[in-house]
Amino acid sequence: MTYIAKPKFHHPGLKKNELGYTHRDYEGKISTLCAGCGHDSITASIIEACYELSIEPHRVAKISGIGCSSKTPDYFLGNSHGFNSVHGRMPSVLTGANLANRDLIYLGVSGDGDSASIGFGQFAHSIRRGVNMTYIVENNGVYGLTKGQFSATADRGSKSKKGVTNTDNAIDLVAIALQLGATFVARSFSGDKTQLVPLIAAAIRHKGASFIDVVSPCIAFNNHAGSTKSFDYVREHNDAVNRLDVLVGRDPIAVDYAPGTVQVVEQHDGTRLALRKLDADYDPHDRLGAMTFLQKHAAKGQIVTGLLYVDPDADDMHEHLNTVETPLNALEADTLCPGSAVLDKINASLR
Amino acid sequence: MSDKKPISSVNDFVVRFANVNGSGSASANEMFARSILRHGVPVSPRNIFPSNIQGLPTWYEVRVTEDGHLGARGGVDMMVAMNPQTWDKDVAGIEPGGYLFYDSTKPMPSTKFRDDITVIGVPLTAITNSTYTDPRQRQLFKNIIYLGSLSALLDMDPKLIEQLIGEQYKGKEKLLSSNVHALHLGRDWALQNLKCPIGLRVKKSDKVGDRIFIEGNSAAALGAVYGGATVCAWYPITPSSSVAEAFTAHCKKYRHDPATGKANYAIVQGEDELASIGMVIGAGWNGARAFTATSGPGISLMTEFIGLSYFAEIPAVIMNIQRAGPSTGMPTRTQQCDIIACAYASHGDTKHVLLFPEDPAEAFEFAAASFDLAERLQTTIFLMLDLDIGMNHRLCRPLKWDDARQYDRGKVMTAEMLEEGRDFGRYLDVDGDGIPYRTYPGTHPTKGSYFTRGTSRDRYARYSEEGPVYADNMQRLVRKFETAQDLVPRPLQANAERPTKYGVIYFGSTSPAMDEAIGLLEARGHQLDRLRIRAFPFHSSVASFLAEHDFVYVVEQNRDGQLRQLIVNENGIDPVRLVPILHYDGSPITARFIAKAIGDHQDHLKVTPLRKAVS
Repeated sequence: MTYIAKPKFHHPGLKKNELGYTHRDYEGKISTLCAGCGHDSITASIIEACYELSIEPHRVAKISGIGCSSKTPDYFLGNSHGFNSVHGRMPSVLTGANLANRDLIYLGVSGDGDSASIGFGQFAHSIRRGVNMTYIVENNGVYGLTKGQFSATADRGSKSKKGVTNTDNAIDLVAIALQLGATFVARSFSGDKTQLVPLIAAAIRHKGASFIDVVSPCIAFNNHAGSTKSFDYVREHNDAVNRLDVLVGRDPIAVDYAPGTVQVVEQHDGTRLALRKLDADYDPHDRLGAMTFLQKHAAKGQIVTGLLYVDPDADDMHEHLNTVETPLNALEADTLCPGSAVLDKINASLR
Repeated sequence: MSDKKPISSVNDFVVRFANVNGSGSASANEMFARSILRHGVPVSPRNIFPSNIQGLPTWYEVRVTEDGHLGARGGVDMMVAMNPQTWDKDVAGIEPGGYLFYDSTKPMPSTKFRDDITVIGVPLTAITNSTYTDPRQRQLFKNIIYLGSLSALLDMDPKLIEQLIGEQYKGKEKLLSSNVHALHLGRDWALQNLKCPIGLRVKKSDKVGDRIFIEGNSAAALGAVYGGATVCAWYPITPSSSVAEAFTAHCKKYRHDPATGKANYAIVQGEDELASIGMVIGAGWNGARAFTATSGPGISLMTEFIGLSYFAEIPAVIMNIQRAGPSTGMPTRTQQCDIIACAYASHGDTKHVLLFPEDPAEAFEFAAASFDLAERLQTTIFLMLDLDIGMNHRLCRPLKWDDARQYDRGKVMTAEMLEEGRDFGRYLDVDGDGIPYRTYPGTHPTKGSYFTRGTSRDRYARYSEEGPVYADNMQRLVRKFETAQDLVPRPLQANAERPTKYGVIYFGSTSPAMDEAIGLLEARGHQLDRLRIRAFPFHSSVASFLAEHDFVYVVEQNRDGQLRQLIVNENGIDPVRLVPILHYDGSPITARFIAKAIGDHQDHLKVTPLRKAVS
C-alpha cells in the first residue's frame, strides 16, 4: 500500500455550496494516519471551513514541513497544489510561494516538532514578516513518526508513554506569535470542531499572518494519564474565552445572541466575525492583555482557547515590499527586461 | 643610495597601495585605476582586504598592463606605503629597483628603508594639516593628495583625473572643486620638489577600446535583472552580499512600474541561508524566477534544500561567490573550492548543473542564462563565481542583450493544454529528454494539481516506495542530466600553433592568468592546447580533449584538485594523465605561478622544447 485513492462517486443528493461544490470536492486522499488521530479531525475542519467559505479548491496552495501533521495536506483539497517540503522549513517555502503569486490562498500546515523545535526560527520569522497565510500547528507534544519523543511544546512535568518525565520548559507558540506581531492568533482543540471550523474560516479570510495552534492528541504516543496533551486532559483544562461565527457576504447576524454578549469584528475583505464572549473580560483587540491573560491561565494549568487576538486592518508582506498587484510569476520579459538600449547606457557609464 | 638600477617601464608595472581599512582610501585608489584606463591603458585592480570593518590593513593593487594581462602578476614595482602597521612587510615586498612612496612628515630611521629601491617621500600629513582642519576631511583629502603626487611621478594627464572627479561629483560643486584642489596640492608639491616623472610611466594608448570596468557581482546581479528574476532571498555573507545589494540597486532603477511606482520584484533578506533557499524554492515551485547569492558556508547550510530541488524538480538559481574554506576559512580571500560541494550537494545520489564564468561579462550572460536553464531543467543551477571576479573591478567586453530574446519558461502545462485532455504526469517523461511537464499552482479547477514531495513517488506524483518505481525516477533524472550537457555553455578550445600531446584545462577566474601563462610557456618552447571548461555536466568535447592528449594539466585554485576529481570521476579516465596545478593560498592565481608549475613539470617529463629541437 503506497497510496490510497478514494473512489470518486458520491451521493447525488450531497449539499452544494455557492460554487456548486460538495464536501467531496474539498477532500483529498484517504488518511494514512492512525485511527482516531486528532490530526484527521483538523483535516475535516479544514475541509468544512473551505466548503463553507466556498473557496475554489485550486486557488489554495497547501504547504507543510515533515512529520505526521505535514502529511495531512494530502488528505484535504485534492484539487489544490500541495508541497510537503523539508522538516521545519514550511514557513520559508510558503513565504517564497507567496512572493511569487500573491493571488492564491496560502495554508501552512505544521506540527510542534516542525515549528517549535527544528523550525522555530522559520516560524518566528514568517510571523515577523507578516506573510499573508493561515499557519496551523497540529500540536500533540510528541514526535509521532519516530515513536513518541517529546517535542518542544511538551509541558514541563508531563510524562511520556514510556514513563519519562519532561524536564524542559515548554514553548507556547501562541505566546510567541502574539509577541512577534501575528495579526490573527487563535488556539483550539482538534476535539472541538464547532470551535475550530469558524476559527480556520476566519483565519483564511484574514489578511496578514494568521496563526492557529490546535492541540491535537496523539492517539498512539501521547494520550495517556500524565500527558498534558491527551483528550481527557485538554477537555478538563480547556478554557474557551469566546465562540466564533464567521459571516460572509450579507448574512444577517443571527438573532439568538443575548444582547451585549456578541462583539462583531469586520475584517479587511468584509467578512464579519461574530464573537460570542464566554469570558466577559476578554478583549481580542488587546495584544498585551492577551499575553498577560495567557500567562496567568497557563500558570493555573488552563489551556486558553478561542480567538485570542485579531487586528482586522492588518497589512501584509507584499504591502511592506510595495510589490505590483500582478503576481510576480505572471510577469514576462516585456515588463522585466530593461532591454538593450538601457544596457548600452549602463555600458557607457562603466567606461 | 640605490645599488640597483631603478625599474624603467612604460604602461607595464604594478602599484600597490597599503592602507588602513576604513580610512576612505578605496575611492581614491579606484580613481587612480580608472584614470589610467582613461589614458587608454588597461589596468587590473584587486582589493586585498581583511575580514574587518575598521583598523586592519588593506591593500589595493593596480596592475598597469598595456598588453591587457588582467590576471594578478605578482610582485610590486611601486609601493604606496600608507600603513605604518605593515610598513616592514610592504617595504620588503618591493621588487629590486622598485619605488617606495611614503608620507615623509615624520622622519624615519634609515634602517626602515632599502638600498636597492628608490624612496620617494611626500609630507602628506603636513600638507593636509596645513590646508584642512576637520579631521574627517584631513583623512579623505590625504588620499586625493597622494593621488595628485602619483599623477606627477607617473607622468599622468591631470585633466583625465579631473574629468573623473567631475563625473563622480556631478551636481555637487563644492565637493568637486575641493577634490580638484586637493589633487593639485599633491601634484604641485611633487612637481616642485621631486624629480618627475620616475622610471614608471603612464603613456596614452588605445588598448582599452569599448571595454567596460565592472565588478563581477554587480554584473551577475544585472544578469538576474535581464534574466527576469523577480524573487531574491538572501543572507549576508562575504563575498556575496554585494550581489543582492547590486540587484536591489538595479531593480530600484529598472524594475518599478512607471504608472504605479510599484515593484516588479521582491527582495527578502532571510534570517539565514536555509530560509533564503527555502524562499527561492517556494517561489520557483510557484512559477517565479528566483535566486539567492551566497558563499561556501551558505552552501553547506543549503544542501538539504538543494537535494529537494533536485529530487522534487524545482527551479532555483544559486550564485556562489566562492571564498577560501573550509569552515569559516579565509572569508575575504579567493578560491575555487566549492566545486565538489556544489556538483554533488546533498545526501543521496545527486548531481547539479554548475556554470563557470571567467569574468563579469560572462557573469552577466551566465546569470541571465541560469534562469532559462533552471526552468528548462527544473533544478538548481549554480553560478560559480569567486571573490576575485566578484569583488574586483575587471575590464571586460561590453554587456550585450538581444531584444528579440524571450525567456524559456520550460515545460509548463497550461489550463488550455489540460482542457485539451493532455495527459499530465508531473514526473512523466513524454519525449525522452528526461524533463517532465509541471503546472503552476492554481492553474485549473479540476486538472493538473499534484502533491510535491521530497519522498519517492511515481510518474503521476503519487507516493511510492516500490523499488522499480523509485529506480525508474532516478534513471530519468540521469537522462535529464544528460540533456543538460547540450544546454549549458560549451567548453572553449584554443590550440597551440603546432600539434602537441600536452593540454591544459582551466576555468573561471583562472582565465586571464592562464592566457598570459601560455605566452610565457611558449617563450620557453612549451606548446599546449587549451580547454576552458564553462559548465558541468561536461560536454563530450572534454572527453575528446582528454583522448587527444597524453598529459593534461588541470589548473585550479583549491588544494584537492576538485575539478580534476570531477573530470576523472565523470569520464572514468586514468587519473595519472591529469596533472594537477594547484594554487590555494587565497591570493589570485598568477601567470608566473602557472608557467613555472607547468614548465617545471614539462622539464621533469624531459620534454625537449620545440625551439631547441628545431634549432
